[in-house]
Amino acid sequence: MKEFVPAGADLELRAIRKEFPGFTAIENLDLHIPAGEFFALLGPSGCGKTTTLRIIAGLEQPTSGQVLLGGQDVTFTKPHERPVNTVFQSYALFPHMSIVENVAFGLRRKKAADPVAKAMDALNMVELGHVAERRPQQLSGGQQQRVALARALVNRPSLLLLDEPLGALDLKLRRQMQIELKAIQMEVGLTFLHVTHDQEEAMDMADTVAVMNKGRIEQMGAPEALYERPKTAFVSKFLGQSNLFVGEIADSSGDSFSISVAGNRITVPKHRAEKQAGKIAIGVRPEKVEFHRTDPAAASHLNILGPGVIKDIRFTGVSNQYLIEIPNVGDVIVFAQNVGISPVIELGEKVWISFKVEHAFGLADLPVGDEE
Amino acid sequence: MGIAFTSSAPKQSGSPLKSGKIVLVLLLPGLLYLGMFFMIPLVSLLITSVETPDASGAIGMYQYGFDLSAYQHVITDYAPQIGRSFGYALLATVFALLISYPLAYFVGVRLRSRPLIQKLTLTLVIAPFFISFLLRTIAWKQIFADDSVTMNFVRNLMHLDPSFHFLGTPGAVVWGLVYNFIPFMTLPLYTSLERLDLRLLEAAGDLYASPAAVFRRVTLPLTMPGVISGTLLTFIPITGDYVNASRDFLGSPDTSMIGNMVQADFLQNSDYPSASALSAVLMVVILVIVGVYVKRTGTEDLL
Repeated sequence: MKEFVPAGADLELRAIRKEFPGFTAIENLDLHIPAGEFFALLGPSGCGKTTTLRIIAGLEQPTSGQVLLGGQDVTFTKPHERPVNTVFQSYALFPHMSIVENVAFGLRRKKAADPVAKAMDALNMVELGHVAERRPQQLSGGQQQRVALARALVNRPSLLLLDEPLGALDLKLRRQMQIELKAIQMEVGLTFLHVTHDQEEAMDMADTVAVMNKGRIEQMGAPEALYERPKTAFVSKFLGQSNLFVGEIADSSGDSFSISVAGNRITVPKHRAEKQAGKIAIGVRPEKVEFHRTDPAAASHLNILGPGVIKDIRFTGVSNQYLIEIPNVGDVIVFAQNVGISPVIELGEKVWISFKVEHAFGLADLPVGDEE
Repeated sequence: MGIAFTSSAPKQSGSPLKSGKIVLVLLLPGLLYLGMFFMIPLVSLLITSVETPDASGAIGMYQYGFDLSAYQHVITDYAPQIGRSFGYALLATVFALLISYPLAYFVGVRLRSRPLIQKLTLTLVIAPFFISFLLRTIAWKQIFADDSVTMNFVRNLMHLDPSFHFLGTPGAVVWGLVYNFIPFMTLPLYTSLERLDLRLLEAAGDLYASPAAVFRRVTLPLTMPGVISGTLLTFIPITGDYVNASRDFLGSPDTSMIGNMVQADFLQNSDYPSASALSAVLMVVILVIVGVYVKRTGTEDLL
């Protein structure tokens, strides 16, 4: 068995490709996760994120490519010989063992000293010392999840893989577990790789988020950067919501350029655009958009569209969501915070929308249906 | 996964008195059946086992009494047959388990992704049942006969003495027992393995368990209910089997088991008390063995 690295190790995937009969799960994946980082792999189901995780854990073999852990090539190392532990989506607790024996399982296999004492420490860390003698099926989902976490963490793996471990929990418990998980990661300093389809969870917990789609990583970076400057239509829609406008570049002046969409001029700063020529998509986040009941005065720092008609209003508590249909442009979503007395606005009312040029972003590709 | 997940039945709702009556009505046919075809014969068997020979001295005639000499007779005189029965049964059960487990694992786990082939393979396991097991055992008798092609081939291949023979030896009897009872082992094992959650095996591997440790710590404990029911379903009937060990089939007088003695006492010697006493002894020994076995393996839930 390989030496176990006491602290987190960095993970590197080189040109990983995984083919299953009939389809390619991962196309060509390069990924580097520095030691001690909380990294989230975010994507819709079927995007290849779980396959990626299983390849790192050794439960699947890549068709081609390399997996390096702490600089060592572990591509062909068996799962039980990798210093990696997984918190499975199904928790996969052993039903024939007590909770403490579940947690001590890995320690016993590694022939570590004092497995039961260490297992108890780990259980106490997740505040479940009092259920040590029970069986998994006597525990609630949240408790089982914490046992699964303790069972993985107690081995002090170089890399901890989390396969949507919070998916089965209800919202309140999930928020609580997210906070605990983050706290534990900071405390133990291990490298965490968290696979999830929940964008809020990924942004909330991870230092770095990689958005995966159709077996490829679309964009990677800090959550704020991803949200502020999505580079592809997929990322702009999957990570939060976006309004996208597509048009040919009509006018380029100085540090910005504009497209024309059904007679409306939309400008984006050049440094916020991925593509500088031809037909491009410009987006803006719904909370950056305002609406007006009268045509606002044109200004160089504002993009103005309209008039449109309010098609739908949703009250969500802290904010209202408005769906505004602008002829020949499409539907625009606007989030308006419920601060002060919100403007009394009704379905069917005629409005104009505006957003600041500096809030616009230009995408590298076009949304589905608008491709050239 | 009977060990872990067996729990008490959910509480009945509604009037307990009413549901009690319904339960009784539903149970009645079963209870009647058990009473008529199990309890009465059992009591009759025990009564017969303590009967005394008829005062007239006529062979095969007995009268009510309380004579334990039949027990003394069978325990002392049939000790070799009793020992052989349990010895053969143990050997045959172990062989059947060793053959069946990999087979059941293959069908229940590896063939999961191919349901059609899985069902087909399972049918093949049961297929021998379509032919009378007497016929199948006679077929083995011919295969193992001293002058058969098979035996000549084996003798030549392994450079054995020309006088070497297999038919009538304990080996042939155990062979026949394993062959005839293997489906009773395979099917319960298959049922357990087919339900085995493979994610648990992956989790064990992820937690540094080598394939051997995964099997010993996870696969085997989780399929223990199948192992227990399989071994019981083979061991119990084998101890009472009287076909394979019979000299008409694969055995010889030196391989006779309890069943052969019961048959001889009952049908040839008309010694009904001895036959009954032997049956009672067999039953008690099996009950003790099964009780200890189940207690030791911690699968009381199964019974």
